[in-house]
Amino acid sequence: MDDLRTAFMTAIGLLVGLDRDLVAIVWLSLRVSLSAVGLAALCGLPLGAMVAIWRFPGRAAVAVMLNAMMGLPPVVVGLTVYLLLSRSGPLGQLGLLFTPTAMVIAQSLLVTPIIAAFTQQTMADLYEEYAEQLYSLGVGPGRTIWTLLWDGRFSLLTGLLAGFGRASAEVGAVIIVGGNMHHVTRVMTTTIALETSKGNPALALALGILLMLLVLAINAVAMVVRDTAKRVYG
Amino acid sequence: MRRRNLPILVVAAVCIMGSTLSTLAADRFITVASTTSTENSGLFQYLLPLFRHDTGIEARVVAVGTGQAIALAQRGDADVLLVHHKPSEEQFVAEGFGVTRHDVMYNDFVLVGPQAAPAGIKGITDVAAALAQIAARHAVFVSRGDDSGTYKLELSLWQTTGVNMTAASGTWYRETGAGMGGTLNIASGLEAYTLTDRGTWISFKNRGKLAILVEGDPRLFNQYGVILVNPAKHKHVKAKDGQAFIDWLLSDRGQQAIAAFRIEGERAFFPNARKSGS
Repeated sequence: MDDLRTAFMTAIGLLVGLDRDLVAIVWLSLRVSLSAVGLAALCGLPLGAMVAIWRFPGRAAVAVMLNAMMGLPPVVVGLTVYLLLSRSGPLGQLGLLFTPTAMVIAQSLLVTPIIAAFTQQTMADLYEEYAEQLYSLGVGPGRTIWTLLWDGRFSLLTGLLAGFGRASAEVGAVIIVGGNMHHVTRVMTTTIALETSKGNPALALALGILLMLLVLAINAVAMVVRDTAKRVYG
Repeated sequence: MRRRNLPILVVAAVCIMGSTLSTLAADRFITVASTTSTENSGLFQYLLPLFRHDTGIEARVVAVGTGQAIALAQRGDADVLLVHHKPSEEQFVAEGFGVTRHDVMYNDFVLVGPQAAPAGIKGITDVAAALAQIAARHAVFVSRGDDSGTYKLELSLWQTTGVNMTAASGTWYRETGAGMGGTLNIASGLEAYTLTDRGTWISFKNRGKLAILVEGDPRLFNQYGVILVNPAKHKHVKAKDGQAFIDWLLSDRGQQAIAAFRIEGERAFFPNARKSGS
């Protein structure tokens, strides 16, 4: 109990104190995870919509794959990206290992299946509703995808938030490809892992509380924006 | 959210992503593969700003176990290697992955365990005898169980006792596969015995009922070495700046900085450069 109380007090202290190093770590976490979600959305949204709407051979298999890949272990993704970006790996000359870019790549690989699978479900439901109408208007397949994505934008936000949750919470991938370097690639989750290993459970937990507050704030903002937009432009 | 608001959103997203991805264009820096003991103790946080002040070079540290650090360096993912297992380091150089190995500093390992010491080893100064006693009593011993320098030393100590701890794996002998801090957390939770380097121990705060039981045995000597990754193996290695880091560590200035470093008022590392250069 004592440790828990200390953790809460430390968390409050950290919030009030706003140490410069901590702000930099929080900011990097946000940038990396938001960038990863952005990149994953660019691939995941069209991919999910295509699987939902286009009829092609092996479509069911692709859908199963997308759903299964939502369970990709972060450490496996981290290791794969590490081997690709390592100086001895195929993309070694780029020199991306141990940079925030490497962390964005790893996290977007983790998040893409989540966004794609979520999009696929949402799009499939919408398509059932609008298929005939779109067909009778003579709307082509590309245009159909765009229309449905736009129409389902409020529901799709939940998928993006789920992806952000996954990205900001994982430690296994970023600690391998980022290396947890001080002032370079140290983010919230790797700091928590480091403080735990230094035998500072209270400080580690306090950072965990901050991370959860951050995710909570992002979700709250997203929901407010969504509801306001819905009310105004429906 | 009208369609004409979309470009604003896209621009915002691109800005965030751009700012993250553009951190590539960093200034002068080298990558150092090292061990968790040097990072967790706070030594690097103390030394690196001094080094940067003197040379303008930023040293970025990846802190992993000795085995993993050597593997990183072999793949060319670091410019300098600073670890603590001399035989592996010499092999690294002999295989052509490193240029030259230099002694930098030393400290020692200590055997920690529950203060009450149910295995009755308090007062024993012979570390092998203490381990044999732990094994005989089947008192829980937590091992790193990874490829770290600490683990390699532990294995060599068990070898001298003749205890077959592989057979005891999962019973009184538990392998965590974690770093030194993670292993100490487990030992503290189980009130078990474990072998740790002194640097990590001094800076470790979650000790619970653990205390140092055996120390001072010459076999517990812990030498750290530094090696420049061979630019002949990996062309992109920043040999000049990496060598500058090594030269600085071995210089009077670097050695004095190591000597001046304190954790909780205690000296954790003792400089001993220039004795070798094998």
